[in-house]
Amino acid sequence: MSTLIHLLWLPLVAAVLPYLVPAGARLDPVGFGRVASGFILAMALVQVAAFDYAEPERMQQSMNVAWIPAIGVRFHLGVDGISLPLIVLTTLLTFLCFLYLGRRETPDAKLLTALLFVLEVGMIGTFLALDLVLFFVFFEIVLIPMYAVIAIWGGEKRRHAAYKFILYTLLGSAVLLAGLMLLGVSAGTFDMVALSERQGFDIARGVQIAAFAFIGLGLAVKAPMWPLHTWLPDAHTEAPTVGSVLLAGVLLKMGTYGLVRIAVPALPEGAEFWAPWLGCLAVVGIVYGSLACLAQTDLKRLIAYSSIGHMGFVLLGIATLTATGINAALFGNIAHGLITGLLFFLAGSIKERYGTGDLAGIGGGMLAKAPHLAGVLAFAAVASLGLPGLAGFWGEMLALVGAYQPGAGLPRETFVTYMAVAAVGAVLTAAYFLRLLGKITHGRSGTGAAVADVHPVEWASWVPLIILVVLVGLWPKVLLALTDGPVRALIGAGS
Amino acid sequence: MNVIQEIDYAAVAPVLVVALAAVGLLLAGAFELGAKWLGWLTALALSAGLVAVFTLIPGEARRTFCVPETLRGDGPASCSYVVDQFTLLFQGIVLAAAVVVVLMSLADLEAADIPAGEYYFLLLCAVTGAMTLVAARDLVLLFVSLETLSLPVFALVALKRYDGRATEAAVKLFLVSVVSAAVLLFGVSLVYGTTGAMHFDRISAASVEGPLEAVLTAGIVMVVAGFAFKVAAVPFHFWAPDVYQGAPVPVAAFLSVVSKAGGFAGIALVVALAFPAQDHVWGPLLAVLAAVTMTVGNVMALRQTQAVRLLAWSSVAQSGYMLAPLAVGAGDIAQGIAATAGYLAFYAVMNLGAFAVVHRFAASSEENLLADYRGLARRNPLSGFSLAFFLVCLAGLPPGVMGLVAKVLVFKAVVTGPVLWLAAVMAVNVVIGLYYYLVWAVRLFAPGTGPMLPAGLPYRLALGVTGVGAVVLSVVPQLLLQAVFPTG
Repeated sequence: MSTLIHLLWLPLVAAVLPYLVPAGARLDPVGFGRVASGFILAMALVQVAAFDYAEPERMQQSMNVAWIPAIGVRFHLGVDGISLPLIVLTTLLTFLCFLYLGRRETPDAKLLTALLFVLEVGMIGTFLALDLVLFFVFFEIVLIPMYAVIAIWGGEKRRHAAYKFILYTLLGSAVLLAGLMLLGVSAGTFDMVALSERQGFDIARGVQIAAFAFIGLGLAVKAPMWPLHTWLPDAHTEAPTVGSVLLAGVLLKMGTYGLVRIAVPALPEGAEFWAPWLGCLAVVGIVYGSLACLAQTDLKRLIAYSSIGHMGFVLLGIATLTATGINAALFGNIAHGLITGLLFFLAGSIKERYGTGDLAGIGGGMLAKAPHLAGVLAFAAVASLGLPGLAGFWGEMLALVGAYQPGAGLPRETFVTYMAVAAVGAVLTAAYFLRLLGKITHGRSGTGAAVADVHPVEWASWVPLIILVVLVGLWPKVLLALTDGPVRALIGAGS
Repeated sequence: MNVIQEIDYAAVAPVLVVALAAVGLLLAGAFELGAKWLGWLTALALSAGLVAVFTLIPGEARRTFCVPETLRGDGPASCSYVVDQFTLLFQGIVLAAAVVVVLMSLADLEAADIPAGEYYFLLLCAVTGAMTLVAARDLVLLFVSLETLSLPVFALVALKRYDGRATEAAVKLFLVSVVSAAVLLFGVSLVYGTTGAMHFDRISAASVEGPLEAVLTAGIVMVVAGFAFKVAAVPFHFWAPDVYQGAPVPVAAFLSVVSKAGGFAGIALVVALAFPAQDHVWGPLLAVLAAVTMTVGNVMALRQTQAVRLLAWSSVAQSGYMLAPLAVGAGDIAQGIAATAGYLAFYAVMNLGAFAVVHRFAASSEENLLADYRGLARRNPLSGFSLAFFLVCLAGLPPGVMGLVAKVLVFKAVVTGPVLWLAAVMAVNVVIGLYYYLVWAVRLFAPGTGPMLPAGLPYRLALGVTGVGAVVLSVVPQLLLQAVFPTG
């Protein structure tokens, strides 16, 4: 009996439980959320402890039972070196979100708690599912809760942002579903393990190209890839802090994870055909994201655009179709989740204190007013711009290395060009984060009002992220050793 | 020559039960039995029919009304009435849906000025027609049962005599149905003229060559078009919104599920059994019909402000999804039919659920505007949450896994065939559909004032049956799909 199923039913029960408590008994939903999400995080850490690190490429703790035998859909779960870090990231960020939420009164806290737990079910399920249809079901579960989180607890233009978010992602999902069906039907199985083992040998080239286009397009909306990114800045800006954190920290990863887990291994010829295009759009995304950042005046919007740039590096890594590149992508996924999660927490706290997210409105001199807050912001910003020794560095560096030596069958000159352009993008990243720091942490204070420094609860929800950013940055092997085996197995490079 | 034949009464038992009950209810109505009693008796009769269907499931396929051996010549057995898994599945869908329609009608008939005996008589007649239609394996029985399904429905629509809109709707439906019947009949005569046969197995065995092939092609197109009216496929759809809106809401629900089930069964039977060799004719035809139907239905649904009209257009769009798997051609038609049947069964549950709430809403809000649904989930949590769930199911989005599985069925069937482009059209349409369902669902939770829904046992039962059905099927879709794909 697999223990993975606990990671799914626990959050589901946690979502429903506050509604079953009789009206008389007072239950603080956020307090309950902290305990329950902490317990789920502990369950995820049990998986970390039980994981057999000698064979990270093997699907462990597998559970495989018939679900809809009529159409060959199975309830197939498993965890390997690729999904394990993502599970930990998901459960950790959810837990930290609940910690953070508890600082102040939230309207409709019961509903928010329930939605966050349903969100967690979808996120964890996406990373555990090993059946195409099951993957899709979990992939879709996150949509409605995230939509509601933006639409109910968001900022002024929340309705517009929420609709934009859901329409874009729904279009992506419908295309994704068509692609998954095409893949599953032409291969004769929905089993993701079997699909990646067979490496698409018996699927005709034309079908592979079509299926990759469908699946890639569907996942690229979520990632998001330029030019399908336009929902992201609005959604991030309007979403409440916990929504932004989970959106940037986990939801975006579901897109790139799907590419690595499904599209690349099961459709190698399709991947080879589209990789140069994917790489091109990824690089455009990197440069575009950086340039757009330079022009932003809103803190959250700036971080949102920086996400487009960082996810561009992840996509570039995937486009190289090499073990190095895909490892870089998975590393970048986790690093971006930790750093951008932290950045959005900070943005939320800053916006709360100053009453505005506008850079000019915040003014300068935060280092003098709230030195710890400014310090953490500076730390997160330099981590995000890829300072060596912190988590952000390795994903970008390895993606560039991967592009220098792309997979066999890919045009090397093209990818070397991509590498050069992406490197320029990385420099631009440094520019806009330094500009950000110069504007708000340094300089003269604009307003005289006092600003509270970091609250203990804020420390509690940020310190784990800070520690992990440093840990992963100094010791990248902790992640790479996990992902390398499964990546080589997936792209058939042999270990 | 012995032309007297045995009738397999077990095979026709479900139809007999319903037909006899229809007569019984007409009499009971004449003797002024209360409307409430008549309603419960109707539900009971339909349930008895359902039980009869279930008892037939374990056995082998039954055939009756066959051509006697002495007249058969070298041809196949040619039975007009066949009870196989397909028949039983559709009869089950029809009966179960009719039970929910009766539950919805119960509240109406007590209050409104509608003669209950006639109402239930007509309803059961239509159900009898639908049940015979899905068992028919020759063109004559197919046509007769289709008319048995259609004729009572005009009267049902018109039963609100004091309401001008209902009368208009009835006339519209009548004219459209008569035209479609004429088209169908003309098609049937062309097919008979070219193949010399009425039984499906003989039609498919006949070889038509030379100039007659064009005539047969015309016949097939007309037969398909005749059924396309029934399922409200574009361009034969224009009657649907007005009729749905004008008719009593339970009758609209009946039209959208039971009549439609009959239409789809008819198309599936004809193309798969009678014209497998001519799939170059009906394959592309159905593909284009499906694409146009889903697109027009969804785009029009976007603009609706009235609940029943929105459901009408959405049901046009859903017809498009259900047509799509049938377009795969004769090679994969078995899978295609299974996908259509599965979709229809899921659709029946979620659509009837939505209709149940909308019907209840109509009791307190004559106009039934979408804007009035604001805050329903706050005022009537059970109805509001149920409606939201049905809408999410119709949209095909988790937690409405049932609707998602239905979409998976159709996508899976479509990508096997030569109509891959249809999958792309469908993908775009699914998104449009999601939008208007979702806007409606969100409105239920928005703050706002509006009418409270009256409670009542029949309503609770209707909502309970569909709601529990939708939740259970979302967790274990296999329960239903094992009937659709019996071999696994």
